[in-house]
Parts: sequence; structure tokens; C-alpha cells
Amino acid sequence: MTILDLLAIFPLTVLTGWAVLLIVADLFIPRDRKSLTAILAAAGLLVTLALALMQAGQERVAFNGMVVVDGFSIFLTVLFAASGLVGIALAYDYLKRMQIERSEYYILLLFSISGMILMASAADLIVVFMALELLSIPLYVMAGFARPRLDSEEAALKYFLLGAYAGGFVVYGVALVFGATGTTSLQSIVAVVTAGQANMTLMAVGAALILIGLGFKVAAVPFHMWTPDVYQGSPTPVTAFMAVGAKAGGFAALLRVFVVAFPSLSDDLTPVLWALAALTMILGNVVAISQSNIKRLLAYSSIAHAGYILMAIVPFGQQAVRSDAVASALFYLAAYAFTSFGAWAVVIALEKSEQKGLALDDYAGLGAKYPLLAASMAVFMLSFTGVPPTLGFVGKLYLFRTTLEGGFIGLSILGVLTSLVSAYYYLRVVVIMYMRSGEPQAHRERWVGLTVSTAAIATVVLSIFAGPLFSWASQAVLKLF
Amino acid sequence: MNFILHPLTLVTFFPLLGVLVLLFLKPEQKDAARWVALVTSLITFGISIAVLAQFVPSNPELQLVVNVPWIQVAGWNIAYHMGVDGLSILLLLLTTFLTPISILSTWTAVEERVKDFMIFFLLLEVGMVGVFLAQDLFLFYVYWEFTLVPMYFLIGIWGGPRRMYAAIKFFLYTMAGSILMLLAILWLGIQGGTFSVPELIAKGGIPAGVQTWLFLAFAAAFAIKVPMWPLHSWLPDAHVEAPTAGSVILAGVLLKMGTYGFLRFNLPLFPTAAVKLAPWVALLAVIGIIYGAMVSYAQQDVKKLVAYSSVSHLGFVMLGLFALNPQGIQGGILQMINHGLSTGALFLIVGMIYERRHTRDMDAFGGLWKIMPIYGALTLIVTLSSMGLPGLNGFVGEFTILLGAWEAGRDGGPLNSYLFAGFAAVGVILAAVYMLFMFQKLFLGPVTKEENRVLKDLNWREIATLAPLVVFIFWIGLYPRPFFVLISPAVSKLVGVLQVAAAAMP
Repeated sequence: MTILDLLAIFPLTVLTGWAVLLIVADLFIPRDRKSLTAILAAAGLLVTLALALMQAGQERVAFNGMVVVDGFSIFLTVLFAASGLVGIALAYDYLKRMQIERSEYYILLLFSISGMILMASAADLIVVFMALELLSIPLYVMAGFARPRLDSEEAALKYFLLGAYAGGFVVYGVALVFGATGTTSLQSIVAVVTAGQANMTLMAVGAALILIGLGFKVAAVPFHMWTPDVYQGSPTPVTAFMAVGAKAGGFAALLRVFVVAFPSLSDDLTPVLWALAALTMILGNVVAISQSNIKRLLAYSSIAHAGYILMAIVPFGQQAVRSDAVASALFYLAAYAFTSFGAWAVVIALEKSEQKGLALDDYAGLGAKYPLLAASMAVFMLSFTGVPPTLGFVGKLYLFRTTLEGGFIGLSILGVLTSLVSAYYYLRVVVIMYMRSGEPQAHRERWVGLTVSTAAIATVVLSIFAGPLFSWASQAVLKLF
Repeated sequence: MNFILHPLTLVTFFPLLGVLVLLFLKPEQKDAARWVALVTSLITFGISIAVLAQFVPSNPELQLVVNVPWIQVAGWNIAYHMGVDGLSILLLLLTTFLTPISILSTWTAVEERVKDFMIFFLLLEVGMVGVFLAQDLFLFYVYWEFTLVPMYFLIGIWGGPRRMYAAIKFFLYTMAGSILMLLAILWLGIQGGTFSVPELIAKGGIPAGVQTWLFLAFAAAFAIKVPMWPLHSWLPDAHVEAPTAGSVILAGVLLKMGTYGFLRFNLPLFPTAAVKLAPWVALLAVIGIIYGAMVSYAQQDVKKLVAYSSVSHLGFVMLGLFALNPQGIQGGILQMINHGLSTGALFLIVGMIYERRHTRDMDAFGGLWKIMPIYGALTLIVTLSSMGLPGLNGFVGEFTILLGAWEAGRDGGPLNSYLFAGFAAVGVILAAVYMLFMFQKLFLGPVTKEENRVLKDLNWREIATLAPLVVFIFWIGLYPRPFFVLISPAVSKLVGVLQVAAAAMP
């Protein structure tokens, strides 16, 4: 390791260092002024964000090829750092209101984001696994942050057990790939396969196991069982962060590993991915219909959206479609981040202590009493459905284009049909907000309100002026070896 | 940047200015909200008249074209491409004409959340006008889907007792069709490298087998919107529950988006498939004509009767379009306008009596003519227009359509059988039956219910909402030439495309 290596991944170096420092610094911050930690953490994320933006256009390999900095990793680093900022904004007043304010939240958040950023840059299966654990372990703790509330503890335990189990799949998969190729470096795997020296069967099994492990992280069916319980039990800002950040982290690894290292396995794995995408879209959307708790509803919706993104990865083995696959998945992750954070912020604004205020019926009358909040929520629901003019629509369009380019017409038809199903439950939220009367109570908190309005405006405006986001996503190409 | 001040941009997005003003009003300022909306829509109508003034009828091509790149990255080739030609000019005018009338009709009917109502109404106008002007498939789809949102709220918030059910049904039904169209649009965009409709038409060359699939995907969206039998079941629910102004716009404009879609996209983009599938579409159209008429006859609720009559009337439009000859298509376009005027007026009429009596049951009325003579006279004119009495607008449209269908029915013609025209003619008679039956029950005979004796006749505002419609009912009925002049060059061009395709078929 040289100083150059550390400079190559400077945003990550800074963020990790900052998080470590913050642990120490936090000891000297008095108990009643813990919001200072939040501000310091946010400052660290802002610096990370700025550094990542300054890297734009660069392409570097560091740590003997184990880590790579390219358009893809920079795009995701920005996304993760921004998600972290939102994660802090959402928690800032929420933790106080729920009387669970502990500064560890912010520090753990920084570590989790470090893991995500490392994931985006990982060019070696070992690093992928390390990053996976680094992003997950803080989340296990954060899920249980509302202890001694039982369902929060349950969420933490469930997430931890299943996450550890999934981690096991990844490690075993990595081991098998190593057995098949004699290396864990993505670059060398490609080289060994090209030279015809790999045991393709063993490698396919290994890749499938990695897929299972990452499938847990992105909440793809049938590895989604934990999602509704964990999303419901965790403190809502953690859920929001999990829904966006952890999912994007999982997809970062899936995209990088499958598109870069495993195109040679596409004959075996494309049908598997096809089935995963189809199942995820169908089950996520169908089960969401029967939910009456907004957090569970959004949990199933987040499962469904993992299915849509998986759809873009299905043609990962086709040279011509590959760059569109990556670009459309990244675009959708960004679109999903805006919409999802916005929706979760509305949930936070309405949540009361003791898990109250989370039933769909608690949203009755929101349209009359809080017009802006309700209008924003309506925008998010329409964006989830994919109705123009919202980012969700543009994002879905890009995903469907990729799928059609790959020649998977059946899958894309399934995709639009499940979107139709999803319209039913998203519209139900709108129906309840606008067409029923009730007396909802919303908290007026500065940062939550800012998140809601920014997300709503961005969801609409960025869909009309989608050019920059499109070109940014399409330039975020993976460095291929 | 001059595309922003382009007449077509202005006519599409001017209502947004009204929305902006409305946002600053307080919920209590109901009258202010009404006036802002009315003035905005009247100015929009004025702009559309200016568009008409610049429109050259003899030119069959798109006019007043604005075409600037919108999203041109990552393999997308999307443009802000708008234009107007003979196929769309009348529909543009119909939209901008019906919107102020509808707003005027809500003056006393909508009392709750007036500001929000007007916001959604003006947003709806943006979407509708955009649909008729967009020449880029992506842009078109954005407008097309966007119209769902305000209409969904209009039905869902200000509708009748079963409004939530009707609103969701409306949304899901229409979305079900349009998502299949979306995939077809993407397919065309990927294969053709552009979403521009004129460019795709000029390029042509889509294999016949693929054309059929694409035709069906587009048809799924449009046939539900029209609605064609058997995809019509959302219509009665949406109409019955929607507030009057919503029904007027729904029947007057939104349904035309479906027929217009067939005209603008299905016929020229997939001519071979259109020729091949014409008899099937015509079959569904004729079933719709007869079925709609018979179901109308069976209704007790006047609004439902009018709603089902739309199924019948739009069957005529579809039959005309898929006769694939100049008479049929011209008649079809004119009949779209006629239906917008007559059925729009009928819904206004139903709304007026509902506002007075809070029922639409035919048995609750009888002998209304004696109590409300002005109302009765206007209703008679509109009823006769709707059933196609010579001298009024409905006759001109239906007669031209029947001519076209007859012409297309000769041996080797697109429909290949006179039966289509024959059964459609039966539909004209059935229309007379149910319309007159309704009129008789409501207006003729003795006054059956005492509470009806105190009903007030129409006031000036109500007359003002109906009068412009009646003027056009007579105008088109007596002197339709100016309207055909606007339509026919563009139709001839379209028929040319279809004939080339028909000639190339084995």
C-alpha cells in the first residue's frame, strides 16, 4: 500500500478517517449536545461528496487491482454520500422526538456508507465481501436502535441472522469461483476464462451463490423474507437509509461483478436472473396490495423495485446492451432514491411514538389538512407507479428500453403488467389522502420538510429536464479489463 | 429559445399560468378561483383561434411545427416536437372550446375546494391539448399518461357516491392499455432511432408481422380510451360518478384521444396491419354501435343513458376511420367533433337537472317542458343532433361515415362487405329510439311529480354554457363545408399512405 493508493480512493479514505475520529471526538461532546455529532457527520459527508465530484472523469486502479475508481464508482459514491446526508436529515429530529437520540447513529451511518463506497469500487471478490460486511454490520446495529422496543430488537436480530447467512453464501461463492479460476480478482477471472483455463461449472455455481447472497441485500424474491419485518421494526430513518443505500450497495456489487467478471456465464445465469426479476416484480407488487401499514407497504414496494432494477441486469452478458444495462440501473437507482427518500420522509413526518400513525388510515384527510405534504406524497406514489412527469416514469422507461434491447420482450411485458398492479396500491394511498376525511397529525420539522419538498420538486423537475442525469448515468461506465 | 413563445407551446402551456395564479389564492376565494380559471381557459381558446388563423387549410402537411431537441443523450433521441395538421386542428379547437364551457358549468355545481378543482381542470387541459399536438412518441406518451392524473382527482374528489371505485377503475383501465403502447413506443424508438412520428412514417419498412403486434399494442391503449366494445366497462362508472364538468370533458375530449390515436398513429405508422385488421376493428365498432344503443335504451339513469350512447357514437367514428377511405375518415373526424358538442351538451343538460333535483332517474320527471320551456327547447335540439337529424351536425357526420363504410364495403374494399354499413344504419334508427324515448319521458306528457312544478328554468349563465354548443350544432349541420375544408387535405395524404400499403399487400 502506498500513499498513492490512498489518494486514489481519497473520498473513502477521508470518510473512514472522519468516522474513526468522530468516535473519539464524540466522547468529548456533552450528552445534551449530541446534535453536534450529527452536524460533524454531515460535514464529513459533504466533504466526501465534494471530493467524489472532483474525481469525475478519472479512471484509476489502486491496491494492486483490488480497488478501481471509474465513472461507475464515482456516480455511486455521490449517490451514497447524498443518501447519508438524507439519512442524517431524517434522523435529526426523529431521534429526539422518539427519545432514542444517541450519537452512535451518525457514526454507524458513516461506517455503513464507507462500506457502500468501497463496494462501488471493489474490483476483487474479497473486497466485495469486505465491503458487504462493512456496510451491513452498522445497519444491523441501527435496525435495533429503538431498543427496548421489541419489534426494533426483532428487526435487528432478524436482519443480522439472515444477513450473516447471506454473507456466508457470498463467501462460499467466492471460494468456489477461486477454486474454478485460481483468483478472486475480477480482472484475472476474465483473463483465466479467456485463456480457457477455468472450470466453468464450478464458476457458475460460485456465481450463483454470490447472486443469492447479494439477492438478500437487494431484497430480491425469494430472498426477501426479512424485508417487511425489518423495514417495519427499524426506526424509520434507518429504514429509509436501508431501502435506498443498502439496496444500491447490493446492486453496485451485482452490476460490477456480473457485468465485468461473469459475462461468460450468461448462458447459465441469464435465465436465473430473468426468473429472479420476474418473481420479485410479481410477488413484491401483488403482496403489497394487501398491506395496511405504510411501512410494510413501502417495504414490499421496495422489493418490487428491486425486481425492476434486476430486469436491467438480465442482459448482462450482451456486449451491445451492457453499457445501457449499467446506465439504466444507475439511473433508476437515482430516481428511486429521490422518490423513496421523499416517501419515507412523509412517513416520518406522520409517525408518532409507539409505532402509531403508520396505518394507511392515519393518512385520511391529509390532502385537506396538509396540502403540500399530501401533494408531495402523491408525486412520490405516482413516481413509484411510473406515471409521467416523474423520475420514476423516465427511469422505468430506461429499464424497459434496456430489457427490450436485450430481446427480453416477455420480461418487459411482465414488467409493465406488474406496474399496473402497483398502480392499485400506490393509488390507494392517494385515495386515502384525498378522498377520505380524517384528522391527521403531522410534525413540522425543518429537515424532514426540506427533504420532502426537495425530493418532490426533484422528482418532477428532473423528469422534465432529464438530460443531465441521463448523460451522467450513461457516462458512469464500468472499467472493463 | 423562441420555441417557448411558439403558438403551439403557448396554447398548450398557457393554462399553467392560471394554475400558478390559483396556487396563490386562498381556499376561501372561490369566486376568484372561478374567474381565474375561466379567463385562463378563454385566453387559451383565443390562442387556439390564433393558431387557426395561421393554419393553411390547403396544406396537408404538419404546420406551425416546433421541433427542438429535448433528451438527446445515452442513445435517446427525444425532441419537443409539436405540430398541427388537418387531423388535429379541429380537436385542438374542440378542447379549448369545451374547457371554458365546462368551467362555466361548475359555477354553482362545485362548492367544495374550488381552487383545487380549477387547478386540476387546467392541468387536464394542458395534457389534452398536448396529446393532440405532440409529434414525438415520447412526448405524446407523457401528455397521454398525464391526463390520467387530474381526471383521476376530478372524479375521485368531486364525484358521486362511488367516486373512489370509479376513479381507480378509470385509472387502472386506461393505464392497462397505455403500458402496452409504451413498450411498442420503445420498440419503435429502438428500431427507428427516433421517436419522431413523421420520421418514423417516412422511414416505414416495418415487417408486416411486426406491424400487427405493434398495431395491437397501440390499439390496446386507444381502444380502451375510445372505448370500443368490449373494453368499455370503465366508461359508465367514470361518467356516472364524475362531476358534470368532468363528464363533459371525458366524453367531449378524452374519448377522442383514443380515436385520434388510431388516426394519428395506428393508420399511418402501421398501414399494412391497418388494412389487414380493418374488418375486425369495424366488426367491434359495429357491435359497439348496436350494443351501446341497446344498453342505452335499458337505462333508468339519464346520465348512464348518455354514457352508453357514447359507446354507440364512437363506434360510428371507429367504423368511419377504418373504412380507410376519404369519406369515412373525414366523417369520422367530423363525428368526433359532433359527439364532443352534442354529448358534451347532453351532459351539461343532465347536470343542470341534477343540480335542481339531485336525481337523474327518468321516473322522477315528466312534463318538464311545461315548467322549463327554454330548457326543453335546448334539450330537444341537442337530442335531435345526437340522434342524427338532417340539418343538425350529427347527420352530417354519420351520413359521411355510412357513405365511407358503404364505399369500403364493395368487393375488394378494406371492409369487403356491405353488412358493416347496413348494421351501422340500424344503429342510427336505434339512436332515434332511445334518445326520443328519453326526451318523451322527461319532457312530454303531464307533470307527474309535484316537486317538479317549482323548478326554475335556465338562468343566463346556463344558457350561456349551452348556446355556443347549439350554434355549432346548427353550423355544422347546415354548412359543414368550412370544416371539411380544414380536414380533407390531410386525410387525402393519409389515405394515400394506406393505399400504397394496400396495393403492396399480396
